[in-house]
Amino acid sequence: MKKKAILIGVATVLLFALCFAFLQMLLMPKYMSAPYLEGAMIQEYYDNAGGNDVVFIGDCEVYENFSPITLWEEYGIPSYIRGSAQQYIWQSYYLLEETLRYETPKVVVFNVLSMKYDATQSEPYNRMLLDGMKWSPTKVQAVRACIEASERAGVHETFLSYVFPLLRFHSRWSDLGSDDVEYLFSRRTVTHNGYLMRVDVNPVEYIPTPDYLAPEDAQLPAICYDYLDRMTKLCQDNGIELVLIKAPSVLPFWYDVWDAQMEEYAAQHGLAYYNFLDEEHLTASGIDYSTDTYDGGLHLNLSGAEKMSVYFGKILQERFDLPDRRGDAALAAKWQEKADAYYAMEADQRREIEEYGYPVSYALPPES
Amino acid sequence: MSFISFSFLAFFAVLFCLYYVIPRRFQWMLLLLGSYVFYLFGGVQYIGYILVTTLSTYLLARRLGTLHASQDAYLAAHKKELDREAKKAYKAGVKRRMWKWLLLGLFLNFGILAVIKYLDFGIQNLNAILGLFGAGQLGLFRFALPLGISFYTFQSMGYLIDVYRGKTQAEKNLGKFALFVSFFPQILQGPISRFDQLAPTLFAEHAFDSRNVSFGLQRMLWGFFKKVVIADRVAVAVQAIVTTRTDAGDPAYTGLFVLLGLVLYAIQIYGDFTGGIDITIGMAQMLGVKLPENFERPYFSKSIAEYWRRWHMTLGEWFKDYLFYPLSICRPMMKLANFSRRKFGDKIGKRVTVYISTLAVWFTTGLWHGAAWNFVVWGLLNGVIILISYELEPLYRRFHAKFHVEKHFAYRLFQVGRTFLLMGALRMLDVYHDVGLTFRMLGSIFTAPNFAALGDAALLEGLGLTAGDVAVVALGVVVMLAVSLAGRRGSVRVRLAARPFVLRYCLFFLLTLVILVFGAYGIGYNASDFIYSVF
Repeated sequence: MKKKAILIGVATVLLFALCFAFLQMLLMPKYMSAPYLEGAMIQEYYDNAGGNDVVFIGDCEVYENFSPITLWEEYGIPSYIRGSAQQYIWQSYYLLEETLRYETPKVVVFNVLSMKYDATQSEPYNRMLLDGMKWSPTKVQAVRACIEASERAGVHETFLSYVFPLLRFHSRWSDLGSDDVEYLFSRRTVTHNGYLMRVDVNPVEYIPTPDYLAPEDAQLPAICYDYLDRMTKLCQDNGIELVLIKAPSVLPFWYDVWDAQMEEYAAQHGLAYYNFLDEEHLTASGIDYSTDTYDGGLHLNLSGAEKMSVYFGKILQERFDLPDRRGDAALAAKWQEKADAYYAMEADQRREIEEYGYPVSYALPPES
Repeated sequence: MSFISFSFLAFFAVLFCLYYVIPRRFQWMLLLLGSYVFYLFGGVQYIGYILVTTLSTYLLARRLGTLHASQDAYLAAHKKELDREAKKAYKAGVKRRMWKWLLLGLFLNFGILAVIKYLDFGIQNLNAILGLFGAGQLGLFRFALPLGISFYTFQSMGYLIDVYRGKTQAEKNLGKFALFVSFFPQILQGPISRFDQLAPTLFAEHAFDSRNVSFGLQRMLWGFFKKVVIADRVAVAVQAIVTTRTDAGDPAYTGLFVLLGLVLYAIQIYGDFTGGIDITIGMAQMLGVKLPENFERPYFSKSIAEYWRRWHMTLGEWFKDYLFYPLSICRPMMKLANFSRRKFGDKIGKRVTVYISTLAVWFTTGLWHGAAWNFVVWGLLNGVIILISYELEPLYRRFHAKFHVEKHFAYRLFQVGRTFLLMGALRMLDVYHDVGLTFRMLGSIFTAPNFAALGDAALLEGLGLTAGDVAVVALGVVVMLAVSLAGRRGSVRVRLAARPFVLRYCLFFLLTLVILVFGAYGIGYNASDFIYSVF
């Protein structure tokens, strides 16, 4: 009798767990369709982890502006972009820490735009990053840091909702779509080693004048410096060169006062810092805002990303003495596969632009 | 720490496990510790108030108990020497002393409640009067309301009065009494328990009883369903109806939308309050503690008087036992009744005490719900309608005798519907928080129903409910109704327990998953606090 009761109890718990897990899988966003592809990026890394000489860490200004395929094809540099939408520096730090559990690159490139944020700007971006991370002590700390950052913004998140994302996404029952069924048990790859491709063009109409910067916003937040210090130390401890960059985006504004602080920080810590908004870099890279952006200067398109990669790849190789690995047959074959997918997607996007006026499978209609 | 927060569930889970692991003689101590931890989560600064109430009530009750005991001892020792008059005189003397101690307790504790909750209301009214004469205004104190102060004050004072009356023995153990005052499941929104009923179950040693735990858990789940799936979802639309304004500053939702708001708020407050009580009683049951019921299918009531016998029953009984009856039979009231009889005859004379006591009870009930005129008017209107019904009773009887409709389902349905709408209309005072606006809005149902507005896409969208939400609410209400109807034939849980376990477990799984998926909680929802937890 007691045995039967235990069996019933165990079966009950298992059945409940099964139902719960199924509902959770069903209701969690799949991030397989535009415009939310960014949510799928973080977990794609685990299929490509290891063997990268360069790892980019940061927000959309890295995953839209650099092409690992170009870096490989031009310089034989294997690289990966661990980017996510509006990635805050505490997230970047923990992503880097996690990355180092899988590999030790020679160079880590960090985009400094997130230095301006001391709190979460939008909770869904936390989810897009954290829900894609595998559980580890690093993720636990990352979740805690993100929850604290949300609290600073007045948004109350719970740790439990990261352990059981159903508690966060339960209300999606009314938004379920075909993607939720199609990608219930499998996913497709949306990036090319972290690069999110867009080939369409939406030129910069004019260079906007910067908004007034309040005096209290002039100094980059202390908490960001704290994480930057930790990132710097992490790289030093692992013999990694940390390179700070500011990607060439017209918006959001990157103020001179911030730039000066980054230059000072880089100089103090012996780090390289490149502000690609500087005229010399823009001219040398050949970035043309009339052809190289798909959204009026916020992000580069494929053309712009390839130009930036050609330009920055040269700097990386020369300054940090990165080897050309194209001679490694096995690696070359692997990268050839990636390149094939890359060019296939490029062709697909160009075909859709030709056919529909914009890449329908990759973006929302231009007017939206 | 709200009952519907994960932190509370974690807190309760830990406490529950410890409760059945520790030696049983320590169980009540764990509950006391848990109750104070829970209370401290609500705000460290409030702990002083509940401690004052606990200590003062404990000491005064002990004093009353001692007086009772010494009276009994004295009378027993002098049984033969004292004649009836002497005994009576002695008792009267003791009673006078006890009365003073009781008054001290009542003044102190109701005084705290009055200052914290009602002082600003009084000052605001005084300021309004001073304003008429162009006089200066007094500043407000803006005291923060301690957690559950109305509930624990009423519960404690009920106990003190019972000890005074000799109905209850004064509790000797301060810790146990502190637990009676602060027992965490009920401190937020009741039910308001009586010491003689709660103490035996609260302080007893409880062995793990799977049936109690299972039934308690089921009741909690049912409460969560009502609160999180229905009440909190409907709350969005109610708020929209009440607070949305046009560019000119007028209410955007008028006419039939007010009627819709009335119905939706009835659903909200039912789900919210009965759901909260289900969670409370279920939680207590899981700990082996039996709390009194607070509802008995109130929306099936056929009159307002009946409604109030079935809604928030413990508060109604408190007012009946500790205010209505004492007020009705107090010496000044008896004198007034006699005077009225002499002056206006028996018919009016016998009504005077009933009328005054009823209106006093409803005035106080209104104030208990909130320090604002909308609550006072709400309370008084309830009293007035009950008195009107009382006066119309002979007419109803004649009508029933002539037409024999009492037993007809349609007529009973009419009575239930009438009571539901009437109570709903009164409740709108609680929603609009403005007496004039409430009456204007209720009036607009008749004067400007505006049927066309019901098809206005912008207004419907403004309610904040998607088609899915409406479907969930509709289904939820049907389920609540079905369970209420089933409950008329006895405990639903007892009947479910007789069903095959597969069916039972499937049902509970389903309910749990429904709460998890369809609950209006987490980011994207502004989960409401329990409405009654602010009283």
